[in-house]
Amino acid sequence: MKAGTNLEKILASGKFAVTVEAGPPKGTNPEVIQKKGNLLCQYCDAVNVTDNQTAIVRMSSLASCLLLKQMGVEPVMQMATRDRNRIALQSDVLGAVAWGIGNILCLSGDHPKLGNHPQSKAVFDIDSVQLIQVLKNMRDEHKFINGDEISGEVPLFIGAVANPFADPFEVRVPRLAKKIKAGADFIQTQAVFDVSRFAQWMKIITERGLDEETHILAGIIPIRSAGMVRYMKNNVSGVNIPDDIITRMEKAEDAEAEGVKIALELIAKVKEIPGVHGIHVMAVGWEKKVPEIIERAGLLPRPVL
Amino acid sequence: MKSITRSKPLEEIKQRLAKCRQVYLIGCGTCATMCRTGGKSEVLDMKQKLAAAGKKVTGWMVIPTACDVLTRDALKENAKEIAAADCILVMTCAFGVQTVARYAEKSVYAAVDTLFIGTEETPGEFIEACLQCGGCVLGQTAGICPLVRCAKGLLNGPCGGSVDGKCEVSPDIACAWQMIYDRLAATGRLDELEEIEPAKDWSTSLSGGPRQITIEDTEEKTESQD
Ligand code: SF4
Ligand code: SF4
Repeated sequence: MKAGTNLEKILASGKFAVTVEAGPPKGTNPEVIQKKGNLLCQYCDAVNVTDNQTAIVRMSSLASCLLLKQMGVEPVMQMATRDRNRIALQSDVLGAVAWGIGNILCLSGDHPKLGNHPQSKAVFDIDSVQLIQVLKNMRDEHKFINGDEISGEVPLFIGAVANPFADPFEVRVPRLAKKIKAGADFIQTQAVFDVSRFAQWMKIITERGLDEETHILAGIIPIRSAGMVRYMKNNVSGVNIPDDIITRMEKAEDAEAEGVKIALELIAKVKEIPGVHGIHVMAVGWEKKVPEIIERAGLLPRPVL
Repeated sequence: MKSITRSKPLEEIKQRLAKCRQVYLIGCGTCATMCRTGGKSEVLDMKQKLAAAGKKVTGWMVIPTACDVLTRDALKENAKEIAAADCILVMTCAFGVQTVARYAEKSVYAAVDTLFIGTEETPGEFIEACLQCGGCVLGQTAGICPLVRCAKGLLNGPCGGSVDGKCEVSPDIACAWQMIYDRLAATGRLDELEEIEPAKDWSTSLSGGPRQITIEDTEEKTESQD
């Protein structure tokens, strides 16, 4: 075991993992994140806490993870390289580990121009691949990026993201391979709507045996309305939504029910794809539907290891 | 290599010049002329605008290359008109502004914003080429600078926002890593995309204070040119 987190144990035991995303509030009320933790904890193996997602200021990922941790809910702390340099990132890793946070997911983060502080200075001192490398080095060599010794253990289960739907497609497996080489223990993908493209990506991965070097969790976004799906298609970079899903949402009498149905179909399909070790549900404000989706997907009860 | 500039809004210039009634104008015959921010016609246009704002322009000149040390001579030659002014408004890139400020004993104000060091891709279309980071990676990236061309300056791109050759930040920006991919593919170097480019040493780029070096054996020559 690298960190001995619940998520790591489940993935290591070969069980199908479920992670769910919970966004922190644009304010100071701890209950927002606590409520999400309460709602989701029975339905997943770990809760992802986003780091100022889409470059919009929210309660910090580390602080929100602590709130979850205090309730006994296992967090996955997301860490973007957009806002902190290598000094601040490493410092936050030490603090997170001191508080018993073991799952950390590395990403570069959306550009500030897409968020609500477009005038801010983007940091990008290091990129996501390099952050994975930094974390691996902290854990395995007990060394900071500059080579200095770290006192104490740094048990980490290192996550990364992958988007099989972005371009150029040919680079998407090599880039994943690079993240694995850097030290990614698990991967959460961008939301899957285009199952055939996802399957094509997974096929190359399994042919190369990369699925045995990391754990891939397929991203799932339950859609709530036709408006939301159209918005995502036009505004969220790197999300590819086939037309038939849009048509189904537009024609549906009960859009929410149809959205849940589509999510369930997607989960059933990705579950069958060789090399997929779990799902990562991003409900973006619709967390209350997650329990029903996980239950109807036949993923309950969550294993206790 | 060109220093690419954009004129500051007239309002901002007027605000800066609030305390000055008499102004001397300086343009530049090189980059600022090419960018149409400080050539002869822009300087004359500024003269008119300042006059309309109630200022008196005591004189003006367009120095062939304002960042050059010859600027000192040009200032001497026009000492009388400059002395009559309360300040100098410099319509050149930041290099020219700094050179004028160094040799003129007057308050100096910048009339343009210096945007980047770039090249002219097609006539009138300028694009940043290099931020002079001091640790060039062009050899690894097929001659395309990831620090200026990629919105996130990624050394291990492309990120998950690259779609149809465009950057997630704007459909008007080409994704640098798509371009890098295409060129690596064209030269049979795709295997290199799996090599991890390590964290960059930014100390050569953003050090404490100005970056400077001395090139041996050139001091004498520079002196005699002075
Ligand atoms: S890598 Fe650095 S030196 Fe090379 S082109 Fe880019 S900014 Fe300039
Ligand atoms: S889309 Fe391309 S250019 Fe834009 S940030 Fe991502 S890798 Fe860089």
